[in-house]
Amino acid sequence: MSEASHAPAIGPGRHDERLMHTPLLTRLMRRPELGAMAGLVLVIIFFAFTASPTMFTLEGMMTILSPSAQLGILAVAAALLMIGGEFDLSIGSMVAFAGLILGLAIIDARLPLLLAIIVTLAVAALLGAVNGQLVIRTRLPSFIVTLAFLFILRGLSLVGLKMATGTTQMRGIRDAVATSPLLGIFSGNAFHGVFVGLAHQGVIRALPNGAPAAPGVPISVLWFIAFALVATWILLRTRTGNWIFASGGDPNAARNSGVPVNRVKTALFMLTSCSAALVAVLTVLDAGSTDALRGFQKEFQAIIAAVIGGCLLTGGYGSAIGAFFGAIIFGTVSIGLTYTNFDSDWFQVFLGAMLLIAVLFNNYVRRQVTGER
Amino acid sequence: MSETAFSTNFDRMAATDDNRAALIEVRDIIKHFGHVIALAGVSLNVYSGEVLCLLGDNGAGKSTLIKTLSGVHRPTSGEFLVEGRNVAFDSPRDALDAGIATVYQDLAMIPLMSITRNFFMGREPTSGAGPLRRLDMGYCDRVTREEMQRIGIDVRDPHQAVGTLSGGERQCVAIARAVYFGAKVLILDEPTSALGVAQTSMVLKYINQVRAKGLGVIFITHNVRHASAVGQRFTVLNRGRTLGTFAKSEITLDELQSLMAGGKELQELSGELEGTV
Repeated sequence: MSEASHAPAIGPGRHDERLMHTPLLTRLMRRPELGAMAGLVLVIIFFAFTASPTMFTLEGMMTILSPSAQLGILAVAAALLMIGGEFDLSIGSMVAFAGLILGLAIIDARLPLLLAIIVTLAVAALLGAVNGQLVIRTRLPSFIVTLAFLFILRGLSLVGLKMATGTTQMRGIRDAVATSPLLGIFSGNAFHGVFVGLAHQGVIRALPNGAPAAPGVPISVLWFIAFALVATWILLRTRTGNWIFASGGDPNAARNSGVPVNRVKTALFMLTSCSAALVAVLTVLDAGSTDALRGFQKEFQAIIAAVIGGCLLTGGYGSAIGAFFGAIIFGTVSIGLTYTNFDSDWFQVFLGAMLLIAVLFNNYVRRQVTGER
Repeated sequence: MSETAFSTNFDRMAATDDNRAALIEVRDIIKHFGHVIALAGVSLNVYSGEVLCLLGDNGAGKSTLIKTLSGVHRPTSGEFLVEGRNVAFDSPRDALDAGIATVYQDLAMIPLMSITRNFFMGREPTSGAGPLRRLDMGYCDRVTREEMQRIGIDVRDPHQAVGTLSGGERQCVAIARAVYFGAKVLILDEPTSALGVAQTSMVLKYINQVRAKGLGVIFITHNVRHASAVGQRFTVLNRGRTLGTFAKSEITLDELQSLMAGGKELQELSGELEGTV
């Protein structure tokens, strides 16, 4: 000890031989997303033996990725919020409510698509800020506050749709903006031309009429990947990311160090709401209509995907890329079961079991990381 | 701890050199919380290059006092000077900017975060501009490693979680962080109270190093042995008031102990238990 304390500081040029001793396994275990990646590999192995081979064709994979993407956008945002130490149970209902706002903006207010989307995101951001401020000012658990909003927003979506259309659905939204040049950014498939070309060359499977069996990459998948990458960048490589970890890890210690914890948390609630609004825009424009049940129970699935992705329920630890893989596991299993002889209702059993295993695994990893007993 | 030579030197120096401004000086600080009088007139000062020990039993007002000094509370009345200038802090951030850093016993570090991320928490250096503005992780890691090396903590990997460090190491990292970011005054809230013997001596030794660098340290404790190991002067708090400030040469450990506990009862108890408490 005493020798070490008087040792000169190593200069930038010199190399400290003690730095290389962290074993690879320890370094891997420290990555929160490891569990989700391992889980995905296991799931794929399972389906490789049980599912029909069509599941692993290009079009099969696109079928899996599409629902993964819708859930994944929510899951990545939920993961950031969980790392920041809070929950948002209202995001599923928020999808339906944002769908209603989008529908009203396009059909009743006759706004152009861009403006309608901006209005939808603004309303979502406002509601997210309300959630955040309620949690911060009342110091109630976010679980309770957002549970209230789960019902409030679902109820408002039902009532609002009935008042607007007399039913719990609103149709013709896509048709009303069919000429908008922006439509291609939010619905349909990307790289259609590339896929057609590849099908002509025989690289990917073509239908009898010459069109590719997979028409392209669903737009929502690109949004999902981009969102996960940006979230990971923010989390790991920006000041804001450090503040998110700190706010969730120990808000008092973070405040003592000058981290604006309340601002970080409010921004995260706004982000989850806006991610729900983005999912609403993508799915409503894809389907052409909205429905009061849109996003039903997605809040739980998003939280489960985040937990599978390595987020601790207590905050301060987790990863966006983990939630990305968590959501893909979800999509793979929910769609994959239809390629097998199993009853697809096994999905729910799988869901619960996966959650349990993930939580146990995460707790174990946390003890390893922090050395606590 | 062979610092006796230095302390006597210091005592003489402090006695002759009254002209230089104290880093922190408070006069008659009073703090009320509703009907509760937490501080009923506290005065103390701390100079550069000294450890001032703030002693007091539970409920003496130590916590309120340090929270006032660190910008969490605003005093109800009284004077608060930093380097001779009157100040009124609105937030811990203001106190930090004025060079007053506080290391709280349990609330200094986040166990799940890496040493690097903890070290730079709230003051992350960035590079790049606009949307590409990012944490300069390479620089952060290098500085963290160097600073850990300097205080003698064997950090194999600055990415390891703070939770893997011992309690004493955590306190030292928290202190090193405050020093690195230019603190002039360090307020340490019972840094040794939860530590074992070896850990305690590690922290005390580091406190002494920091003092030797010229920082002023306010060391809050209720252990007079720890206090006398590193302190040059002792301010005793009791029921929200300062009972007095004593240089190390003016007072014995036993006198400090009984002053701190209000004297009489403790001596009786000590008699009953046939030893010192």
